[in-house]
Formats: sequence, C-alpha cells, structure tokens
Amino acid sequence: MDKYELRIITWTGILLVIFLVSVLRGVSKYATDLPECIPYDASFTAPRISQLDDSTYQVFMLAQMWSFEPDEIYLPVGAEVDFYLSAKDVVHGFHIAGKGVNMMAVPGGINKTTTKFKEPGIYPIVCHEYCGSGHQHMKAEIIVNYPKEN
Amino acid sequence: MKFNIDKGFKRILLLLLSVPLVLLSLGIYHGLMQTLYRSGMISQRTFAALDYYQGLTLHGVINAIVLTSFFAVAFGHACMSYYLNMKVRNSVAWLSAGLMIAGTLMASWAMLAGEASVLYTFYPPLKAHPAFYIGTALLVVGTWVAYFDWVTMYIRWKRKNKLVKTPLPVIGTLVNFTMWFVCSIPAAYELLVMLLPWSLGIVETINVPLARTLFWFFGHALVYFWLLPVYVMYYAMLPSLAGGKLYSDNAGRLVFFLFLIFSIPVGVHHQFGEPSITRGMKLVQSILTFGVAVPSFITAFTIAASLEYASWRRGFRGGNYFGWMLRLPYFDKERYLFSYLITGLILFIFGGLTGLVNASYTLNSMVHNTAWLPGHFHMTVAGPVFLGIIGMSLYMLERISGKTIRLKRLAVVVPHLWMFGILIFSTGLMAGGLRGEPRRTNLGLSYLNPESPLFRPDWVLTTGMAVVGGVIMFAAAGLFFIVLIDLLLVKKTETSHLEFPAYEVLHDEPRVGILDNFRPWLVIMGMVIALAYIPVFRDIANLTGPGAKPYHPENPVPLELFEQPNEEIK
Ligand code: HEM
Ligand SMILES: [Cu+2]
Ligand SMILES: [Cu+2]
Repeated sequence: MDKYELRIITWTGILLVIFLVSVLRGVSKYATDLPECIPYDASFTAPRISQLDDSTYQVFMLAQMWSFEPDEIYLPVGAEVDFYLSAKDVVHGFHIAGKGVNMMAVPGGINKTTTKFKEPGIYPIVCHEYCGSGHQHMKAEIIVNYPKEN
Repeated sequence: MKFNIDKGFKRILLLLLSVPLVLLSLGIYHGLMQTLYRSGMISQRTFAALDYYQGLTLHGVINAIVLTSFFAVAFGHACMSYYLNMKVRNSVAWLSAGLMIAGTLMASWAMLAGEASVLYTFYPPLKAHPAFYIGTALLVVGTWVAYFDWVTMYIRWKRKNKLVKTPLPVIGTLVNFTMWFVCSIPAAYELLVMLLPWSLGIVETINVPLARTLFWFFGHALVYFWLLPVYVMYYAMLPSLAGGKLYSDNAGRLVFFLFLIFSIPVGVHHQFGEPSITRGMKLVQSILTFGVAVPSFITAFTIAASLEYASWRRGFRGGNYFGWMLRLPYFDKERYLFSYLITGLILFIFGGLTGLVNASYTLNSMVHNTAWLPGHFHMTVAGPVFLGIIGMSLYMLERISGKTIRLKRLAVVVPHLWMFGILIFSTGLMAGGLRGEPRRTNLGLSYLNPESPLFRPDWVLTTGMAVVGGVIMFAAAGLFFIVLIDLLLVKKTETSHLEFPAYEVLHDEPRVGILDNFRPWLVIMGMVIALAYIPVFRDIANLTGPGAKPYHPENPVPLELFEQPNEEIK
C-alpha cells in the first residue's frame, strides 16, 4: 500500500464517520425516526380517527384496492397525530410529501409513525407502491384548519 | 493474446449476447413510453396493446434481469476461458443457456399475455401466472449451472498453479457468482416454495413480510450482480484502454472480496418503511450499507489514479489537479469501448452519491418509493451497467464473429448521448421525487391529468424533463441498434476469437495469500449474513399477523371469490 492509498483510506474512514454521525444526529435532534412496527393485532386494522386530547389524535388508516379509509382527516393547526397503518388486500404505500411520513402498508403488518402539523393547508396522501390497475387513483387528504378560520 | 474458440462455444456466446439485445428493443421502447404516460402526454391505461404496468413489468424484467444475467454469464464464460486459458465445457454451457432461454420465454409469454403485471419485484399478494414464477426460477437456475462449471475449472487451474496469482477478472467473476448463488437461494425459495404453490391454489395464504424480506435478501445483491462484471472491465480493461496501467492489483482483489461480505447483509435498507422489522435491525443494516461504500471509494481512487497515470503517459505535464482529465481519449473512434466505460463511470459518481442518500436511514423517508429512486438507479443500472454491457457486447460480438464494425464514429457518439440524456432524465425524476411524485405509477391517468381531482401542477415540469431526457436516451439506443445491425451486414475477415484489452499493473505487488483465497472470505460472509438476518427473521416471526390471499392486479376482490377478473373489468 503506498502513501496515497493510505491517505485515501483515512479520508474515506473520516467521511463515513461524518455521514454516520449526521444520520444519528438527525434522528436525535429532529426527533425523526423510521416507522415503528407494532405486533400484529386485528384491532389496529379497523379504520377510524380518535381524538385523545386537544391536539393529540390517532388515525387508524386502512389501505385497500384502490382507496384509503378514512380519506378525509380534519385537524386543527398544531395537531400531533399517530398514524397506524395496515393493508386489507395487497401492499400499498403511504406518503405525505414534505413531512417525512413514508410507510409501507403490508398485509399482516402494523406500521406506526407520529407527526405534527404546524402549518394550515391540505396535505395529500399518495399511495406510492404499485397495487394493481387502479393504483394511480388512490386518494386521501389531511385538511389542517384550511381555509384558515379566524 | 488471441484465444481461438470452437464453433460450439461461438454459438453459445452469440446466443447469450443476442437474445437479450433483441428483447431490449422492447424494454427501451417502453422506457420512452413510461415517460410519456407519466408526463400526461398519454392519458390512457393502454397504448399500442400494452398496458402501462404490463409494459413496466417488461421494462424491469428485460432490462434489469434478463439483459444483466445473460450478459453476466456470457462475459463470465469469456473471462474464465480467456484468463485461465482453459475451455468451458460446451455441454454444460448449453444446458445453462437452454435453461435461461426456456425460463425467459416462459416469463415473457406470461408478461405479454397480460398474466403477470406484477412488476419485476413480483410482490405478493399480487399474483402472477405460475409460468412467470417458474420461468424466472429457471433463468436463475441456468446461471447457477454455468457457475458450477467455472468453479470446477478454477479448482483444476488452482491445483496446477498454487502460487500463481489468480487473474483478477477470474476473481471478479467467481466472487460475483458466489454472491449471486448465495443470495438467490432465498429468492428461489420464495418463488418455488412460497409463491408457486400459492399461485396454483395449493396453499391458501402467504406470509407477505417474509416473502418481501426473502426478496430483498436477494435484491440488493442483485444490484451488485449487475455491477461486478462492469467492475471487472474497470479494473482489468479500462486502464490499458486509456493508455495506462492499473494502479494496484491488490486493491482490486480486496474490493471484490469486500463485496462478497457486504453485498447481502444490507437488503433491509430497501425495507426501512416496513412493518414487521424493528428499527434496531434497520439501523444495523443501514450501517453495514455504509460498509459497501468502502470498496466503492477504493475503486474510485484506484481507477482515478490509473487514469491519471494514463494521462501522464499521453503527454499530460502537470499544472492543475484536474487537468489530467482533459487528456483522456473520450472520443477516440479506434477504442470506442473506452467511451462506454468512462461515460458510465461519470454517471456512477452521481449514482453512488444519490445511493448514499437512500441508504441513510431516516433520510430514506424523504425519497423512498418516489420518482427519486428511478432517478437514482438509472445512473447505476442504466448508467455504468448498461453502458458497460452494450459496449462490451459490441466489442465481443466483433471478435466472436470475426468482423469489425464500420460505423465507429456513431459507436462513440452513443454513450455520450446516452449520458447526456440520463443526466436530464434523472434530474427530472429526482426533482419530482423530492416534490412527492411516486414511482411505479401511471401518472397520466390522474396526477398529470388536468381533469382529475388529483391533478398536481407542481409535477408538470419535472415529468416533462424526464420526457426530454427519455427521448435523448431513446435516440442513443436507436443509434446503437443501427451500429449493431450494420455489423450483421459486414463480411467476416478474421477467425472467431476472444480478446480483451491488455491487463497491465503499475504496482505489481507479490501475491498476498489472503487476497487469493476464497475460504476466509466465505466464512466471514456467512457470519455477517447470519448476524444481520437471523434477528430480522425473528422479528418477522414475532410481529406478523395472518397470511394473505392472492389478488389479480385488476381486481380488488380476492381471486378465490372471483375467478375471471379480466372479462368483468373490460
Ligand atoms: C430510453 C431509455 C429508458 C427510459 C426512457 C426509461 C424510463 C424509465 C422510467 C420513466 C421508469 C419509471 C417508471 C415508473 O416508476 O412508473 C423506469 C423504471 C425502470 N427502469 Fe428504465 N428507462 C430506460 C432504460 C432503462 C435501462 C437501460 C435499464 C436497465 C438496464 C432500466 C431499468 C429500469 C428499472 C429496473 C426500472 C424500475 C421498474 C420498476 O419500478 O418496477 N431502464 N424507466
Ligand atoms: Cu395502493
Ligand atoms: Cu440496495
């Protein structure tokens, strides 16, 4: 190994450590993480919205060919939501762009993530896994206090 | 050195190289169509008798599975016989090619008949025709047969040459197929033990998280299986094509053996968004994925150093740091292969960097399953892999058929045009992906259709950009086919032979035992896979609920309740 090779190995090591530290820091500082998986329990697969207190909600979302249930979710600004996701038939996706909410809905599995809606607006939910010929028509939205009420 | 080949071997190689090139015309055609559908220029389910998802399945299977595995076997045959100076057993090679072709025909029939619109990842509970699963499995088994013969060749050679360094391309080929063999066992299990009986109705339900995990055990190694033949070209051929020598041959050996360790125990990085696997194992496999960056960085350095050396030999006299890059034979029509390899390498810089984004745990949530992903992997599989494959196919076809191409200038234009197209295409897709554009979606029917309630004006520009890039790529591929067809018309001037650019090393270090011995690496490979995957399978066993029944992609009612879905829908 010559000195240039040693140098490049060192730089590579440093670079990878920087990357890793950034990844871990991202998780702790912004309190983001990958979805949490919950042991399967059929009660999680019944679609519903429940309000725990003023600003905390649970949404039990069921994806199916080719719709989401519930498909309109009204929330106040600042609501913190636990999404529980499952699939009735085949695999679907669940993506809220810009919120980092990105999960797979897999039959036989329960997925969970938590996010907070600080800005009013309409947040479309997109199914981003191919789920058959109607895949592109799957539709759901989260309406956060919009249009703004005064 | 020329290696003369007999008629039988010549036929095998010609067949293995040309079958996927013929199918590729369909794969490329539908690539362009996908950009048109996605931009809303086509707002239909079907165009010219091909449904969007049927075409997308063909695109994925032909381009990413058939083309790559046929080429890997053909190139493997050539490397093993050329660099060991030994003959491949034609009978075994015929058996292997026969299985691969039979499998490809079965799967193609199922896809073209519209009975397998499940995409190349064939995720259950979407169900395809059993012929699709059997065909895919036969294709894989065919590649194993070729590999088994190479292993016996290598053992015979090694017995006689105990203290001779095994030629680097042979190490590369064997590492690649060893990894491929190991990773495709779970895939074969998924196909033959889980999917096939389920699709035949013998078994009622399937464990979906388990099937997906078995697929991705295979799936990441699959992408390295595409890549390693091209790595062999980068290490063994690119330096002398550029007019230089490989900087270090031991670096190359180390890189290949590292791939043996790191290619498989990282598959969960495709499943970050999935239930049934806990975060801990996702993080572990994310970190292991960074391990794969090590051989990639070593390669980047070694190849850059080799090219810089070539540049000095070509008259570069120093000055600034990057000046050597200007001295390479990018457009030399007498060595068109260089253009294919270097343009692929340039694309791979972007492909590798975007890949690091995908691998970065939570960052993956920004991009997973969005158009970012096809943006990324067209700079890997449709970048270095594809350009290496078509460039080398042309190069080998010339020698195997004893002919020389006439349209050399055109042959040099192809990779540059392709690279230019991809850069535009991938920028469009990646920008769209960051705005939430999903992949694997016929956007033209809804999101890019102004009449639909789902219309997304913010995706018009990005999908349009993908069209522009797609048209350029399509044109480049068209020019390639012209060069190829013209070669058919040329008269044979030489005997059929194999010959590769000379393999020369700058720092020719002595043989290092551990870099010339598969055993220790295989042991580490087994251990790392066990550590990375046993907890994952345990998670799945603990966290997963009931199995799933089969569904036809066109019908939301389970198949058992509704046997003829096609007629009802239309
Ligand atoms: C004219 C050239 C090409 C164009 C315009 C093109 C276009 C596309 C587009 C737009 C997609 C995304 C479709 C979607 O997700 O809805 C796609 C997917 C894909 N392409 Fe290409 N492509 C081309 C060539 C290639 C080549 C040469 C390869 C590989 C050697 C390749 C491999 C793939 C793969 C593996 C997928 C993923 C399929 C899936 O998600 O199931 N493409 N292509
Ligand atoms: Cu869906
Ligand atoms: Cu991967």
